[in-house]
Amino acid sequence: MTDFQYQSPNTIQEIVLALGQDGQVLAGGQSLIAAIKHGLLQPSLLVDLKNIAELQTITLVKNQLLIGAMVSHQLVANHPDIRQKISALAELANGIGDRQIRAMGTIGGSVANHDPAACYPSALLALGATVITSRRQIMADDFFTGIFTTTLEPNEIITAISFPVPYKAAYAKFKQPASRFALIGVFIAVFAKEVRVAITGGGHGVFRHQSLEKALTKELHPKVIDAVQIDPEIFSSDQHATAIYRANLVRVQTKLAVQQILQKI
Amino acid sequence: MLTQILINGQNVCLELPAHTLLIDAIRNHLGLTGSHIGCDTAQCGACTVRVNSKSVKACNVLLSQVDGQIITTIEGLSQSDGTLHPIQQAFRDCHALQCGFCTPGMIMSAIDICQNYPNSNEKEIRELLEGNLCRCTGYQNIITAIQLALKSTPLSNK
Repeated sequence: MTDFQYQSPNTIQEIVLALGQDGQVLAGGQSLIAAIKHGLLQPSLLVDLKNIAELQTITLVKNQLLIGAMVSHQLVANHPDIRQKISALAELANGIGDRQIRAMGTIGGSVANHDPAACYPSALLALGATVITSRRQIMADDFFTGIFTTTLEPNEIITAISFPVPYKAAYAKFKQPASRFALIGVFIAVFAKEVRVAITGGGHGVFRHQSLEKALTKELHPKVIDAVQIDPEIFSSDQHATAIYRANLVRVQTKLAVQQILQKI
Repeated sequence: MLTQILINGQNVCLELPAHTLLIDAIRNHLGLTGSHIGCDTAQCGACTVRVNSKSVKACNVLLSQVDGQIITTIEGLSQSDGTLHPIQQAFRDCHALQCGFCTPGMIMSAIDICQNYPNSNEKEIRELLEGNLCRCTGYQNIITAIQLALKSTPLSNK
């Protein structure tokens, strides 16, 4: 591994200053350290967010769950407020990687990384979450711009994610068994006026599927899904699955998620 | 970089480059070679150690990230008179190893399962153990050992 400098400041202001233009945020590191080891990334400076207590809090304000960027997947999976208010989010967190990865990996790290097969981005999009950063608030719909890319600026850090509490929600993930990333993951959130459907694992980054949303907003039942066209063109093919297979998986996982939601009602 | 950790009850100060991985500090600089490097890509779990009350993969964590923390490795489990930790004893009693390469990681991971998921059934233990691979595929006896440990006396808080 190439050498780099390491800092772990105590305030967000110091973090932003330390980052400058070239610094790389370290937020758990469960993807980042592997990327550095593989030479995919050669940062000159890592700025660790581990000492900032305010990034590790979970608060419920009115109908919004505010989850600090440095909250681990393990804590999201086990936190009573999250389990009670958005159980699908806790279940999603409990399916990321493995237990050891969940102990270190954080929600902010995962969201900022935007791995095209990561789980959290689908929850943010489907739930209509807001990404709160060191300088602004960004709607999830505007945040994820492409594979491993987001609208974050070089020295801008995520401080928290704000999730509106839905009426019901469910996440159905088809795990790639070796990596445990989503081959396809479908997150569905039901609100008073709409059903939102976000898909991860397709290959080109997380996205909402308008036709599925339209059909499920009209009638929340698995039977409406067969009539929706799922275009394989928007998915990628690789050694794990063809685009056609992924498109079919979207149909299968969407049905499973809808069934979960109907069982919760 | 100067890092201070409490490892297996001993206070240690290490002056090492910032890019030093926790597993390299443990094995190469502290000479504790019980924690193994299997895949070196955070898949196999042979490098699993305890940081405070969590099990982590030491090949995927920087030493700097655990500055000031309490670390326990496989060497820190048995008592000074040689009495094995209940989970080590359960692994011995159930013959829960073949080549033994994955065993230290399996045991450090099993401690986490026993402490945090004490009511797990066999299926749940299998799922909780997904971060540890045994290439001898000797999972059956490992699961049996963890089930035995769960039934045995309350575990010390290591």
